[in-house]
Amino acid sequence: MSQASQEFLRSAAEKSADITHRQLIRRAIDSYNVASERGRSRFFDWEAARLKCQEIKWEAVNNLDRYLLEFEQRVKERGGHVFWAENSEEARRYITDLAVSRGVHKVVKSKSMVSEEIHLGAALEKLGIKVVETDLGEYIVQLREETPYHIVTPAMHLNRTQIAALFKQKLGGVDTDDPQQLVAAARRSLRLDFFSAEMGISGANFLVADAGMIALTTNEGNARLCTSVPRIHVVLSGIEKVIPRLQDLATLWPVLATAGTGQPITCYSTLAGGPRQPNETDGPEEFHVVLVDNGRSELLANVEEREVLHCIRCGACINACPIFRTVGGHSYGTTYMGPIGSVLTPRLRGLKEFQHLSYASSLCGACTEVCPVKIDLHHHLLHNRRDAVNESDRPWSERFGFAMWRWSVEDAGRFAMMGWLARLGMRVMRALRLEGTALDPARPWNRNHAAPPIPEKSFRALWGKRNGTN
Amino acid sequence: MAKVSLFIPCFVDQLIPEVGLDMVRVLRRIGYETEFPEEQTCCGQPAFNTGYWNDARPVAERFIQIFRKAEIVVCPSGSCTTMVRSFYPELLAGTPLREEAILVGQRVFEFSEFLVKVANVTDVGASFPHRVAVHDSCHGLRELHLKQESRELLRHVRGLELVELPYSEECCGFGGTFAAKFAAISAAMGDTKAGNAEASGAEYVTATDPSCLLHIDGILRRRESKVRTIYLAGILAQTDASAERKARSAASEGQR
Repeated sequence: MSQASQEFLRSAAEKSADITHRQLIRRAIDSYNVASERGRSRFFDWEAARLKCQEIKWEAVNNLDRYLLEFEQRVKERGGHVFWAENSEEARRYITDLAVSRGVHKVVKSKSMVSEEIHLGAALEKLGIKVVETDLGEYIVQLREETPYHIVTPAMHLNRTQIAALFKQKLGGVDTDDPQQLVAAARRSLRLDFFSAEMGISGANFLVADAGMIALTTNEGNARLCTSVPRIHVVLSGIEKVIPRLQDLATLWPVLATAGTGQPITCYSTLAGGPRQPNETDGPEEFHVVLVDNGRSELLANVEEREVLHCIRCGACINACPIFRTVGGHSYGTTYMGPIGSVLTPRLRGLKEFQHLSYASSLCGACTEVCPVKIDLHHHLLHNRRDAVNESDRPWSERFGFAMWRWSVEDAGRFAMMGWLARLGMRVMRALRLEGTALDPARPWNRNHAAPPIPEKSFRALWGKRNGTN
Repeated sequence: MAKVSLFIPCFVDQLIPEVGLDMVRVLRRIGYETEFPEEQTCCGQPAFNTGYWNDARPVAERFIQIFRKAEIVVCPSGSCTTMVRSFYPELLAGTPLREEAILVGQRVFEFSEFLVKVANVTDVGASFPHRVAVHDSCHGLRELHLKQESRELLRHVRGLELVELPYSEECCGFGGTFAAKFAAISAAMGDTKAGNAEASGAEYVTATDPSCLLHIDGILRRRESKVRTIYLAGILAQTDASAERKARSAASEGQR
């Protein structure tokens, strides 16, 4: 068992027992559900919109080379730089080198999951550069020295009282639990950062190929400040974020907003495509786009799993997931949590270390049902499991168990005998009062469930005797 | 008289045979002859879901050989029906049996689906004077798109009051081997479901999958809850006559 797997089991078990956490998350997701349902009903035909988004992303991902090159060319035409990073290290090095060579002391960041993926913040801080997260949720988890709990709502796991206590401790002179005043306090502090930072780092919701621009959405306007006030703007994006045409945003933007938060459109929708042009009055002096691969090309080469790259990071599958609601966002120990994380992480970071995430699902399919770009998420979990068995290592006890299982189910006589033995074993365990103890093979079940009735005879035995029933 | 073949899931056969017997009672009452192909064992889902497709494949092929002649197959589990109908074609991709698997899959029906969509029966003459809530088992709901079928059947049961289960579409946490591999998560999800069952005011929770109910039942009894579980066929099998018979035998047992 990998270390990540052991850590997941421990943390998930701990959170599963935390009833307060469960209720807090339930409340948050309940209000999301109300909003997103209302949002979907605003569409003339939500299913058609999903299909359209699936088509756009399919076209983009299946012509990724072409659209990325088109994007690069357009950005360069306007004087921007494009750097292709094979992995986390290359991406980090490009940005840290840039920051050092330009004498950067402070970086303001708008939300970027890729920056979490490549651990950019820590790399910059190691060089003595101050990094400030400017999305309110990210700002809060940064103050707590935590990773985001959720890709869209990073501070979902915190209530007002906890945030008030945090601000009181970390921001001088703030002593209130009024949400508006708390937001105002964060805003005051962040304004100073926006205007003193030399570099702004943003992610990208979409890379628009024909326009050579990045499309950004935020509800707080922080991305606009990050991308226009500091003299250097760095965009950090996975290569899968490219879309063919500007007009595709007409569908993708409202669908992303609706799936993400239930809004018809996110409050601030921004396009940025290069440094300040001669006829412009504001904008950064330098514009850099770092395109991160980090395992994505390998996923692209896998025809069966390729559609996982369609993901637009809306978080809908996470909100729909009953496992997420139970174990919480931090238990996963990965940048991407919930169903998309359990599908993607073993592919990007290796089945060997992260296959347990693909197994940590009841395969209920709630994620697939809500995905706005129609990724068949729970079936990809099945594929990951199949590949884990064929290409990686599974516990010998499991391999042996399924060999035994196959031996017994390939013959009705053997099956009946094994069933009889299993019931006998259960009765012995019960008679000796060993159910749920370390000696009980059904311990994981019997520890959490009241003892089930054990039938005297199987269906087939009863059928043979009475030819059915009366 | 029309004839149906019974597809009895392995765990029903070995652990909860009354589920199969109840289904047979209902099928016979509405005029179907039933046969049980005794060579059947398991559909292969446990291995398939755990990633052991090479072990699941011959078991699936065996299933198709056994049921290839059957005209209609009825199964008391949405999950096992899903395995055959939705997953066999993928599992058997590139093998000679794939086409036949698709044909067999079109003839396998989950119990409530069979009653409402194939037999066109919604009133099976049952009587069950209790408050009942329906848990939507995931495979039935999302793979087979069954939701109204079980409710339609229950609405026609004498004396039965259908109550709403909060978050009825949320997974109960069973998930096959998931319940053993991630027991803590599974149990917590079951606990959430049990809490909702209690909040619903129902006396019984029912579902299209007895595996969900096995899990929910163990959690409910562990909580010493008053709510009980009963598989759909268990409700539909009960008539005024069977209730009387039961009462008589209980009384005579009491006298002894």
